[in-house]
Amino acid sequence: MLNYILSRLLTFVPTFFGVTLISFAFIRVLPGDPIIVMAGERGLTEERYAELSEQFGFDRPIYVQFWEYFTGVLQGDLGTSFVTKRPVWDEFFALFPATLELSVCAMMFAVALGLPAGVIAAVNRGKFFDRALMSTALIGYSMPIFWWALLLIIVFSGNLQWTPVSGRIDLIYYFPDPTGFMLIDSLASGQKGAFLSAVRHLILPTIVLGTIPLAVIARQTRSAMLEVLGEDYIRTARAKGMSPGRINGVHALRNALIPVITVIGLSVGTLLAGAILTETIFSWPGIGKWMVDSIFRRDYPVVQGGLLLIAVMVMVVNLTVDMLYGVINPKIRKR
Amino acid sequence: MSETTPSNDAAAVSKSPDRLREFWFYFRENRGAVFGLWIFGIFAVLALFGPLIAPYDATTQFRDAALQPPFWQEGGNWTYPLGTDPLGRDMLSRLIIGARFSFFVGVIVVTVAASGGILIGLIAGFAPKWVDSIIMRIMDIILAFPSLLLALVLVAILGPSLTNAMIAIAIVLQPHYVRLTRASVLSERQKDYVTSAKVAGAGIGRLMFVTILPNCLAPIIVQAALSFSTAILDAAALGFLGMGAQPPTPEWGTMLAEAREFILRAWWVVTFPGLAILITVLAINLMGDGLRDALDPKLKRS
Repeated sequence: MLNYILSRLLTFVPTFFGVTLISFAFIRVLPGDPIIVMAGERGLTEERYAELSEQFGFDRPIYVQFWEYFTGVLQGDLGTSFVTKRPVWDEFFALFPATLELSVCAMMFAVALGLPAGVIAAVNRGKFFDRALMSTALIGYSMPIFWWALLLIIVFSGNLQWTPVSGRIDLIYYFPDPTGFMLIDSLASGQKGAFLSAVRHLILPTIVLGTIPLAVIARQTRSAMLEVLGEDYIRTARAKGMSPGRINGVHALRNALIPVITVIGLSVGTLLAGAILTETIFSWPGIGKWMVDSIFRRDYPVVQGGLLLIAVMVMVVNLTVDMLYGVINPKIRKR
Repeated sequence: MSETTPSNDAAAVSKSPDRLREFWFYFRENRGAVFGLWIFGIFAVLALFGPLIAPYDATTQFRDAALQPPFWQEGGNWTYPLGTDPLGRDMLSRLIIGARFSFFVGVIVVTVAASGGILIGLIAGFAPKWVDSIIMRIMDIILAFPSLLLALVLVAILGPSLTNAMIAIAIVLQPHYVRLTRASVLSERQKDYVTSAKVAGAGIGRLMFVTILPNCLAPIIVQAALSFSTAILDAAALGFLGMGAQPPTPEWGTMLAEAREFILRAWWVVTFPGLAILITVLAINLMGDGLRDALDPKLKRS
């Protein structure tokens, strides 16, 4: 077991180095001189240009620059945004709770609907419910979510006026945000209506971001359930006269959950990619929108640092899922 | 020797229609897949002959007919069946001509990603362990970035255009082929028929491409169908973010981006391009499911 964990951890090291190298290299080949971009429309004298280029280390050889960046990263220094002049690290963690809150809600939405849908489909295999649910899941899986978001806005914000179009909360509310999670902070503030406003802002983005994971989870649950339902121990349980509800709900589902949990864990990357589109459409102030804005503003240190942090986050989650899977299922370890 | 040749040839000739027939037999079982194939056929025809079919040119602006609703709504008429966009361009024509962009994105991305991925995967499966490790670590690195984000940054580097979007998406999708090919090569390499080919004196190139590759193709074909739809979705998403095809190209994602500000005034400029993307992607995914059932013997039962 220990060997398995150690060998998995060891593969993390070269991948981390590579991810740092790639996010660094990307920015060096981006068109446009970062210093000119930073100077904006005022322009620069030649002395000032040289001075800045020395200040940022752009005049030194590229491998020296990379080494300094890499050692900086290991010490938690990801550089400073050209636009806001704040450390990339601070910006990331100021915005991260918004994305986390949205992602967690989306995942809860997906699991809460996807698991039962998958189980119902598997139990009614080939019948009407199965077909209806799986066709819906396939539509969800094929959905261009940026369009889905626009449709929901037309119906729920435009025609019905039920939900707001953008942001995390109505601007009339103001309260301190110690945790950064709007739902918790608005509840803690005790202001009347604040929590409700936060919830209403969350609904559409949650549905949009949760749609594809929902479809994936429903499909995965169905196929895992079908596999388990064919096992001998299910037949034994049935022969013993156990109620179908108990067989499906307890015996089968528990074993079908293992691959489903893996899928949930591995969809973190999908969620973050979805967050880019969802946050842009709903003006949700999270890291997805932050990355898109920075790419358009050519804020190189932010793009570089954000790319790195997001990749590392995906890697850590995948590694954790992998190791948990190894703990749950001993067969995996032998590979 | 010369007597047996004709019958061998006949066997070889009849063999591949047999496999095709078997494939079609299983594929036909899945009604959804056949339906998907029909839709995909229509999509392909529109992509190839779009400008001939479309009633108008995609960029002609009928200034006095801007934002006309579709024919079944009040104010709409049959001159512009699906209405016009804010610049007075015919929606139906733009949608029909737009099919080719999505189609070619799919074809080119899948061709580039699959051929590159298969080649690298074969090399990884045959090469010494250290080369294999290096290749797989590089693929891990690419897979660590969320695909859309990586494509977005790549396009920002290369400059926003449809070609660059295709390059970026191909790079992002390619590791899946590498992993798939390598995994099947590693399992096939152990088998007896490979050993006997080796004993018979087959060189490494023949082993790779003639002996092993045809037996690894089933999962790769399924993956190709899946990445065809992913490519269309990602290209549309990049277009929507302003990083794909540029206006006035009638690419569906770009059309959506242009229509965004009219979302509450003219539902049809937003609805139809997205519907076109959804239907196309859905058809391809239906086909992909059918392909998987027909090609992958392990999954045939489910």
